[in-house]
Amino acid sequence: METPMQNEKIKIILNYLSNYRQHIPGVFFILVALFIKLVLTKSIEPEALTTFSTNINHTAIQIPNWVFNTRFALDLIAGLCAGLGLYQIIRGFKKGISSIIGAIGGLVVLGFLVWGASGTSISFTGMLAVMVIRSVPITIGALAGILSERAGIVNIAIEGMMIAGAFAGAVIGSILGLWAGILAAILIGALLGLVHAVLSIKYKVDQIISGTMINIFSTGLTSYLFIKFLQDSQNQWLNESGFFKPYAIPLLSKIPVIGPIFFDHNLFIYAMYFLVILLSIALFKTKWGLRHRSVGEHPKAADTLGVNVFRTRYLACVLSGMVAGFGGAYFSLGSVGRFEQTMTAGRGFIALAAMIFGNWNPLGALQAGMLFGFAESLTTKLSLLQFPIPAEVLLMLPYIITMVVLAGVVGRSRGPAADGIPYEKESL
Amino acid sequence: MPPILELKGITKRFPGVLANDHIDIKLEKGEILALLGENGAGKTTLMNILYGLYKPDEGEIFINGAKVEISSPIDAIRSGIGMVHQHFMLIPVFTVTENVMLGEEYTRPGGFLDRNKAADRIRELSETYKLNVNPDDLVENLPVGLQQRVEIIKLLFRNADILIMDEPTAVLTPQEVDELFNILKKLVEKGKSIIFITHKLREVMECADRIEVIRSGKVVGATTPAEASPEKLATMMVGREVDLITDKKPGDLRETVLTVDKLCVRDFHSHVVVDDVTFELHGGEILGIAGVQGNGQTELVRALTGLKTPFSGKIIISEKDVSRSSPRRITELGSAHIPEDRQKDGLILASSIAENLVLNTYFHRPFSNGIILERLAIDENANELVRKFDIRTPGIKTLVHSLSGGNQQKVIIAREFSRPIKLLIASQPTRGLDVGSIEYIHSRIIEKRDEGCAVLLVSTELDEIMQLSDRIAVMFRGKIITIVKANAVTKEELGLIMAGVTPTINKKKIENTQAREIIT
Repeated sequence: METPMQNEKIKIILNYLSNYRQHIPGVFFILVALFIKLVLTKSIEPEALTTFSTNINHTAIQIPNWVFNTRFALDLIAGLCAGLGLYQIIRGFKKGISSIIGAIGGLVVLGFLVWGASGTSISFTGMLAVMVIRSVPITIGALAGILSERAGIVNIAIEGMMIAGAFAGAVIGSILGLWAGILAAILIGALLGLVHAVLSIKYKVDQIISGTMINIFSTGLTSYLFIKFLQDSQNQWLNESGFFKPYAIPLLSKIPVIGPIFFDHNLFIYAMYFLVILLSIALFKTKWGLRHRSVGEHPKAADTLGVNVFRTRYLACVLSGMVAGFGGAYFSLGSVGRFEQTMTAGRGFIALAAMIFGNWNPLGALQAGMLFGFAESLTTKLSLLQFPIPAEVLLMLPYIITMVVLAGVVGRSRGPAADGIPYEKESL
Repeated sequence: MPPILELKGITKRFPGVLANDHIDIKLEKGEILALLGENGAGKTTLMNILYGLYKPDEGEIFINGAKVEISSPIDAIRSGIGMVHQHFMLIPVFTVTENVMLGEEYTRPGGFLDRNKAADRIRELSETYKLNVNPDDLVENLPVGLQQRVEIIKLLFRNADILIMDEPTAVLTPQEVDELFNILKKLVEKGKSIIFITHKLREVMECADRIEVIRSGKVVGATTPAEASPEKLATMMVGREVDLITDKKPGDLRETVLTVDKLCVRDFHSHVVVDDVTFELHGGEILGIAGVQGNGQTELVRALTGLKTPFSGKIIISEKDVSRSSPRRITELGSAHIPEDRQKDGLILASSIAENLVLNTYFHRPFSNGIILERLAIDENANELVRKFDIRTPGIKTLVHSLSGGNQQKVIIAREFSRPIKLLIASQPTRGLDVGSIEYIHSRIIEKRDEGCAVLLVSTELDEIMQLSDRIAVMFRGKIITIVKANAVTKEELGLIMAGVTPTINKKKIENTQAREIIT
């Protein structure tokens, strides 16, 4: 038997716990503020200046670089963090808490940049331009995921499709030229997509297993071919495709800051913008998109209304493979100009995280892709600033961000209802 | 004039079952034909054949006198046949417009959806048939009754002339049922023809023009509401005399067995699903929990049985606080559970009857000795229970998934009732069962009550609640709105409370009760 005393105690503990949930983030915010104030600011001379340069050579209108007192900026950032923390403890941000946590994250990153660039200058615009470039494979991979998952097929094979696309792009690109390379990458992606479709739709193999199989197969096969043939010095010409050169879009690229960040890139970046817009329209404004999504939400309902569930899902898988293959070509044809073993480095999986984070929406995927792109860009920047953190740890940053983002988002975002469930017609 | 629809000699065999046996049915233009039969009689199979989901092994279908081949839902739609499925075929995250036009989209050049044009058409249909549907609403935000009307609009949008309604009232409150009947009458007035599939006698009597009764895949009789009586229909449906009203002596109230105090349960998304629920349950009484599906009954039962930890509040069984106890501890205190989904939560389908019968006692003597199971004792127990509870099975080693629904439920009842219990929590104990099994289970539950057991009966079938309960609690949006004596309330009043209308029960009615309505 529990005594009333015990019940009182339990009540107090429960009360404390419910407040505790509100207090934790607040206390954390204030700790962040203290860290910035006490640790970062301490090592800075009072007169030290930080310069964020905003110009890359060829913009028509040069706008002045952004120069400010490091200490003052850090104090400002610390003050903001502390203010948000106090508000959280006293009143509590109700629903907006996730965006506040995001904002705090942004402030911390900004603080580190300000601190790291103290006494020197960093190219703010350049960093963001790199963010856009690095977001390409992640965004395009996420779009591939959206294509198949919106129709109810889980596609974790994006990584494998990408590495296959990168390989096919490099080799065919070396033999027949860059455009042929892209075509080859798309075709190999389509082929793998078809394999995934046949396995998971016709034979109802668990989609995770089918996808994993494709990942292992592609990674293994490309590595084997690379080591066996491409590394041979006589075959070097097979892996010298070169890459698409940046093309500055007239007028748009001349806009200060915005221009160099978004409109002075190569084919793949523009293709990413195009695909995001195309998919947004196709999925939500067209007959095709309505049917595509219906199959991912409630295939039986779609079937009773005369939508061909199997055909829709096959098409979705193949299109997904094509987009993923194209995204894979970015690694060879859009970036380094040759194939290297496991060069996708898990971007296909980060793309899936971006897809979930972007709530299975193309625009959301672009935003999520930019976030992960920023993490990669930041990694590069911080290592250039000779940050007192080992480079290996910095390289982990994008993956850590992936985990944090997924931990925060998964469970709250809602994917297609029939995602990953094979459809079986009832009739005998 | 030929009938609008005629089925001739439809036969469908599934492995081991003759689901439809040379069925002949005619549907005249502008009538409501009720297809009455028990679960498993073959009604739904027949309609799925008509809708092109199954292929018949034999038989022909004629529409307006012309023979048609229906091999897919598209063929059915083209022939003017539309079906409202028992489980709605709606996509929750789509708007009404999107749901309605899916498969039959209005487009502008280039394949772009013309949502406005489709929405206008929906508004027009809604107006004509008084359906009150707003095309821009998200389906998941609509109450069940409205979702059903969206299904009807889907058929009208496709110009269906023959509407098949498969058990349309199963998910509705009594008021929604009345509204549905008005809509159906409106539809036939405007020249539509309707096939109404059901196993509920009251509804057939109320809305059908003609009645065809199906039993074990055959048409066993045709009649009209004017000629028929519920007793006669029940006899036709079941094939023998059925006692529609379970006899029940007044209860003999004993000490409090279950106390629930300010119980709150939150779901996975931390929405409150059971909201500040308080009640007491005594030995020797049946407390019925009525309510439309999805108003927190499932979560309440899960909390009471230890399957879900409550967010706050207290559950006390026989003076022990079990709010945070494990299911086993609650079971060991003498509480029995007949779960809502017997196949998912009640049985291990791939195990034998004998094993399923000791699922909550296997760790005790005589069924185990240390870590070793005593097979002999388990089998002996199974043999005895199979006999005592009349479980129809080839043997005790038979796997549970090969039993019929009624016999599966008997396995659960045998397991739960064969040990000394003080509290029985029965959730939808007769869902999907035939009239014979329902009779059996009801009498077993009342027997337990008479032995002094406290019974909590959760059901969405108002008739069942009214028939068995001593007191009735109504759940709506997670709250218990009211608890009343069963003989102090009418079905209509309960229906209103279930729909969230605050009760103003006339106390004088207590004498003049109509509560004992005819079941099914």
